[in-house]
Amino acid sequence: MLLVFFSLAGSGFCSLFNLQSIGANAAILLIIALGQTFVIVSGGIDLSTGYLLGLVSVVAASVMTVLAATLPAPICVMIGMSVGLLAGLVAGWINGTIIARLHVPPFIVTLGMQGVLRGIGFVLSGGMPVPIFIKNLGILGNGYLLYYSPITGMTFFRPSVMGGPQLRQTVALLPHPLTLALLLVLICNLVLSRTRFGLYTYAIGGSKEAASRAGIAVASHTTRIYVVSALMASIAGLLYAVRFTNGTANAGEALTLDSVAAVVIGGASLFGGEGTIVGTLIGTLTISVITNGLVIMGVNAFWQYVAVGTVIIMAVLADQTKSRLVK
Amino acid sequence: MSVEAVVKDRQPIMQVKDLYKHFGGLVAVDRLSMDIYHGEVLGLVGDNGAGKSTLIKMVAGVHRPDGGSMCFDGREVAFRNPLDARHLGIETIHQDLALCENLDAAVNIFLGREPVRRLGIFRLIDRAQMNTESRTVLDQLAIYLPNLDCPVRDLSGGQRQAVAIARAIYWKARLMIMDEPTAALGVAEQRKVLELARTLRDRDVSVVIVSHNMQDVFAVADRIVVMRRGRKVGERMVEDTNVDEVVGLMVGTSPAVDTEKSK
Repeated sequence: MLLVFFSLAGSGFCSLFNLQSIGANAAILLIIALGQTFVIVSGGIDLSTGYLLGLVSVVAASVMTVLAATLPAPICVMIGMSVGLLAGLVAGWINGTIIARLHVPPFIVTLGMQGVLRGIGFVLSGGMPVPIFIKNLGILGNGYLLYYSPITGMTFFRPSVMGGPQLRQTVALLPHPLTLALLLVLICNLVLSRTRFGLYTYAIGGSKEAASRAGIAVASHTTRIYVVSALMASIAGLLYAVRFTNGTANAGEALTLDSVAAVVIGGASLFGGEGTIVGTLIGTLTISVITNGLVIMGVNAFWQYVAVGTVIIMAVLADQTKSRLVK
Repeated sequence: MSVEAVVKDRQPIMQVKDLYKHFGGLVAVDRLSMDIYHGEVLGLVGDNGAGKSTLIKMVAGVHRPDGGSMCFDGREVAFRNPLDARHLGIETIHQDLALCENLDAAVNIFLGREPVRRLGIFRLIDRAQMNTESRTVLDQLAIYLPNLDCPVRDLSGGQRQAVAIARAIYWKARLMIMDEPTAALGVAEQRKVLELARTLRDRDVSVVIVSHNMQDVFAVADRIVVMRRGRKVGERMVEDTNVDEVVGLMVGTSPAVDTEKSK
């Protein structure tokens, strides 16, 4: 419905280029929202994801910059990413442990963690974006998986020897961020809907008591759920770093609430026990399409927040009305 | 027949000895000893707060005792969690049934012990097997659920109870603890549940019914243990006692008689 509206209202909305660019821009939000889905299905909430993304990008960028002088590029990218990922996982583990073992409400713990991560991120970066000076790193974040040209057919690399007209005919498919995000969607969907990890996540969201009596190790499973959320936010942070070749402490400022919104618009219940990865995918696309559509229509960018906010409230309202009608 | 005469030639499936549990300053179960025998229905009665729930939660591995010991099948046991107890065949049907309302009947029957099959690095839950086997056990108990896929919250009280019982039976319960099994049910469904308790006994499953509904207990139990303020204050064969005596023991108006001295 939104797609139809925006294709009529703004020219260029429906072009392949624009749709792919929606996908690529949505990728970071989508990846965070995947982790958030596990947390919300289990009856919790993770408000630290946005600033975790920022911190991870700063850590990765700093490490890469420090090492770039002495080590070859691929190795220092690998080390930077590993250190960033490790930092993210530690934050997630701390979240999960305090929530699961010390029984502090998730809202409080992750809100506090948001402040901590934000502060550390700004201290490390000195309040400025940390640029990464590594040649060709941007290709990783901005390249495409497939290229199609009438001459060479489908290839994995940009056809090299070519003149202007042929270059214009070349179509780039599947930007890397989108490919990565879709891969994670498939994995998360399998894990949430078909494995014990997913089932126990639903069980804990339905009733912690019943789950515990059924012999599920609720505390350690809850901890793992927050680690998964942190893992996804960290991957998103690394993706941000290679896409924009810098690390920025507040890069994910708006993404925390957007990720919660995407999950909720996707039909998950904030009380836990309900929600799917497919729903989250739809929720994320809804938010991205609205944002992108409004940009193409030339609406003042700040109206996006109003639009997304309204959609969240309407989605929850629709959900409540539906469940009341069923009863 | 006195309690001694009946139990002399029977082996206990479960023995608890001097079991003790306190929550802060509150002593919930105070050095309580009792035996549960093969193929009997034992009624465990007591007023609210007498410690019945705490006692059975220790037997089921939910709470850890602060003192005393438990023997199952003649071997001393210490449960770290409910799963340990379930592995030995101790199943509990709780007051609130302990079902996950958002999950369906088949998943609830298997929760915590799902069958899985490998797919690459993933181990996927085998839904088909879960559905088939759930259907089989429900059929055995003559329980009809129109749809195995709908969440348990959409089922009636009796149907939920049935799911909980089916879960216990599927997992080959040897000692079934039923905590206030009839509390939330209509009359017809109450009767069906009590019937089920008898069916279980006939299949050589020991049943402990925790209740303060005297009618239920006298209808189905072989033996009654009465608790008051965390202690065992009486133990009677059903045919040797009556509702008045048991209620007297429960509220403390008749003198507490130790089993060893009775009759």
